[in-house]
Amino acid sequence: MYEGIVQELIDEFGRLPGIGPKSAQRIAFHILQTETFDVTRLAELLTEVREKVHFCEICGNVAEQPTCSICRDPRRNPASICVVEEAKDVVAIERTREFRGLYHVLGGAISPIDGVGPDDLRIRQLMQRLADGVVQEVIIATDPNLEGEATATYLSRLLTALEIRVTRLASGLPVGGDLEYADEVTLGRAFEGRTVVSR
Amino acid sequence: MGERSFSRDARYWTVPVYRDEGVVLRTHKLGEADRIVTLLTREHGKVRAVAKGVRRTGSKFGARLEPFMVADLQLYEGRSLDVINQAETLASYGALIAADYASYTAATVMVETADKLTESEGSLQQYLLLVGALRALSRHDHDATLILDSYLLRSLSLAGWAPSFFDCARCQAPGPHQHMVVQLGGVVCDACSPPGSPRLEPSVITLLAALLTGDWAAADASDDSLRSRASGVVAAYTQWHLERGLRSLIHVSRERAQ
Repeated sequence: MYEGIVQELIDEFGRLPGIGPKSAQRIAFHILQTETFDVTRLAELLTEVREKVHFCEICGNVAEQPTCSICRDPRRNPASICVVEEAKDVVAIERTREFRGLYHVLGGAISPIDGVGPDDLRIRQLMQRLADGVVQEVIIATDPNLEGEATATYLSRLLTALEIRVTRLASGLPVGGDLEYADEVTLGRAFEGRTVVSR
Repeated sequence: MGERSFSRDARYWTVPVYRDEGVVLRTHKLGEADRIVTLLTREHGKVRAVAKGVRRTGSKFGARLEPFMVADLQLYEGRSLDVINQAETLASYGALIAADYASYTAATVMVETADKLTESEGSLQQYLLLVGALRALSRHDHDATLILDSYLLRSLSLAGWAPSFFDCARCQAPGPHQHMVVQLGGVVCDACSPPGSPRLEPSVITLLAALLTGDWAAADASDDSLRSRASGVVAAYTQWHLERGLRSLIHVSRERAQ
């Protein structure tokens, strides 16, 4: 235990996700001991991020304005919406540079055991976005785990009634991996989603 | 579980390794890429173990440790949590269950109930009951809510809270009786029933008894209205005996499988 404000700083860092007591202590002493470290800038950013950043009114992505940069971009294709669980997933898909449509962030996946049902996600907002008939395709990009699959099942059942094309991201073998090391579930999904390369 | 032992020849503490089969009840994220997996095992009861690196896309056994999967596992004892170092799939129910929303919500109630009913002592019957129920859900053998209600009644019975749907649960007076009092353990006679206790229709009690005993011909023949009333009784009975509420129960979908 350190005295006063040093211990308080360590405790505050320790509250952050993924930071244990040792890491918190290391960060605190880095700030104390490194002269080049710009503490003021960090403090300003922390305050600014709380004040300026919120969630996009349309898609639920993080944004500094009422709507995010993707929703404001006129070059994006409004006929295609990719549904993801978290804002972090938007960044992951944007890195692929394969998708030029819009996004919809659900804010999680249906997980009854954690008390999260369909009403706790931004599904109602998604249905409102689809009501005007502009959207032709909804791509469901929830995580390829049980909760993500169940959420995809729930969404596809809702969207079928709207006569919109509903697609799901493919699952299968990771690029650069060896086939022999793939587990049977993933390999089975790869077989299910195989594509024709020649007739 | 084995105890830590000192090997005189090796001059090192040997880490006890054990092997068991188990069904995954639930998972929690841990750190960057790990998960804490809660398992109901065949021989070791409920086990909480760390599965390292399973959230990475290249993980060898991440897909084998999703909820509702049954796996042959090798674990070693850690200081607070055990660690899974091998997993082979024995039965893969997850994808089939997740493909039907009603089955998914029913299965989550089952695993939450199993999590609350079992502790570290082994319970082979609870394990076999849960695996059997998940298998029935994945195959759509019966309506998902019927399988769920049957599972709840039977798992509570195995835990020592068997309901009575014929003789009086309090004085054992021969039935049939119609007053249902969950606090007393089932139906009770007129003399034992507290004032204001509800009367159930004989057809609801017949369905409840069929679900408890596994009379699927009778259960499958029931209509939606009857099933809904029976489910209400099962939910009340389960919540009362578990003392803590089941979070997943309010999310159960009553839509029939397509």
